[in-house]
Amino acid sequence: MPQMVPLLAQANSAETFLTKLIDGLALGSIYAILALGLVIIFKSTQVLSFAHGAVAALGAYLAAYFVTVINWPGRYFESLPVTLSFIISGFVAVAFAALVGMLIERIFIRPMIGQPLFSIAMITIGIDIVVRTFVGDLLGQGGNLSVGSPWGILSISKFGEIVVPHVFIAAIVTVVVVVGVLILFFRTRMGVAMRATAFDQEAAMAQGISAGRIFALAWALGAVLAAIGGIFASISPRGFGVTGGTAFFALRAFPAIIIGGLDSIAGAVVGGFTIGIAEIMLGHYLAGASGTLGLGFTGLIPYLLMMGFLLIRPYGLFGTEEIRRV
Amino acid sequence: MLEVSNLEVVYNDVVLVLRGLSIEVPDGKIVALLGANGAGKTTSIRAITGLLDVHEGDITKGEIKWQGERIDKKDPSDIVKSGITQVMEGRRVFAEMTVDENLRTGAFTKRGTSKEAYDKVYDMFPALASRRKDTAGYLSGGEQQMLAIGRALMADPKLLILDEPSLGLAPKLVQQIKQIIVDVNNTGVAVLLIEQNANMALSIASFGYIMETGKVVMDGNSDKLLNDEDVQEFYLGLHGTGERKSFRDVKHYKRRKRWLS
Repeated sequence: MPQMVPLLAQANSAETFLTKLIDGLALGSIYAILALGLVIIFKSTQVLSFAHGAVAALGAYLAAYFVTVINWPGRYFESLPVTLSFIISGFVAVAFAALVGMLIERIFIRPMIGQPLFSIAMITIGIDIVVRTFVGDLLGQGGNLSVGSPWGILSISKFGEIVVPHVFIAAIVTVVVVVGVLILFFRTRMGVAMRATAFDQEAAMAQGISAGRIFALAWALGAVLAAIGGIFASISPRGFGVTGGTAFFALRAFPAIIIGGLDSIAGAVVGGFTIGIAEIMLGHYLAGASGTLGLGFTGLIPYLLMMGFLLIRPYGLFGTEEIRRV
Repeated sequence: MLEVSNLEVVYNDVVLVLRGLSIEVPDGKIVALLGANGAGKTTSIRAITGLLDVHEGDITKGEIKWQGERIDKKDPSDIVKSGITQVMEGRRVFAEMTVDENLRTGAFTKRGTSKEAYDKVYDMFPALASRRKDTAGYLSGGEQQMLAIGRALMADPKLLILDEPSLGLAPKLVQQIKQIIVDVNNTGVAVLLIEQNANMALSIASFGYIMETGKVVMDGNSDKLLNDEDVQEFYLGLHGTGERKSFRDVKHYKRRKRWLS
């Protein structure tokens, strides 16, 4: 199992606070990227994909498989540094995930258009079980592929007393991805079509937009984000490595989107960072109480936050407020 | 030329909505399709533009031809590409998006739409030009209708189908929309105008059809329809010039007897 980043400043100083904040941002960015994928699928197709975690695990597995098992990019270029090899594998894994997302949409979701959303959600649970079992089989009994430490991901840099774990690179990738998604949605022809379809499917079809293609694109994009999130989750010190556990780690994207609002891109990002930072901060400052709360209590924090939000703001921070007459 | 012949449409495998509809829209002409609520006007448009699937509708008989080619089995996007666009009932602008983005969705089938195409629409609707970056949902009803028409024109259609463009608009705006339809037609675009406002529709159309319970019960040049006694009574609210008439004298059976026997 990956180790927690060793901490130098244990005192509750400002440096510790900043260190923990950076830790939280790094973790939150992984949640944010996973949540963003869910929101894109939900916004375009009104479907909550419970298969998201499984796709994340698949992405993580594929990336690790290419690097460690078949040494795929490395076998052709002897001198290829492992980091570069890992990045290439990551891209290939993400492309695979996009394909898987499109296949899921085409085979299971498209024929269900017009059926009750509850049935479609049930189907995604089925897909989740199938994909997770498949990944588990590939990994074998108690399997865990180690990708080692690309970018020295488990190491840290120190700026004075402030400790920056290298997994912080996930936060940078998240920023790039979020900017990319925003450009896609607000600047490109396909993105504008996606928003139009999400708003009024029939009116979009009347403009000549093919709703089927938009759905496929949304699922592909969702799967891409799931895979990126899964890869980072598997190399993060707080993740479970390349195991089936990544699927459960990715489930924390659900609290993130419920906090942020199911159909809001900004909400997914804010929600992801919120639970990431809360998990790390509360974990640190309540560490003394872990005797009472239990050692694994940090894993509960996202869900507790979610329950609180459901009571106070059921539609989330940025979600569309749905008013229904009872 | 659009030719609809003997079209029969069934919803949910049970509800027969169109029973043998036949209409024609020649190139470059304005044709009006009139009828009361539930006559099947909107269903006819859905059949022509390929949007029946969304409503669980099926074409069970008949055919639709556009420029000599059958389109009743085609996808909505292919139909738009072939030059038929519609302005849906109730405008259906994308309220969350800006005016510019709405127009962009209209141009979806035209890759690499030039700036001129946008300028053409903004020239036609100066009211929109000053609000390009505004959210469409905040436009007034008349402006939203203009936006819906502009959006449909972005696909550079040869046939524009309008479903009740005067719905819910003030009389002054109805006149404005009417002028816009004439202007669009003058650029060589054929128009199929679905209306409940028969007066407005027939005043600009060259030919009109009157639908009742899923089929055409009367057709003719618009002057002929405008002067027809029954049309005047049932659609234009006119009867004998200048006389007052009691409701007792309105003979409801007359319509069935003359048109459906």
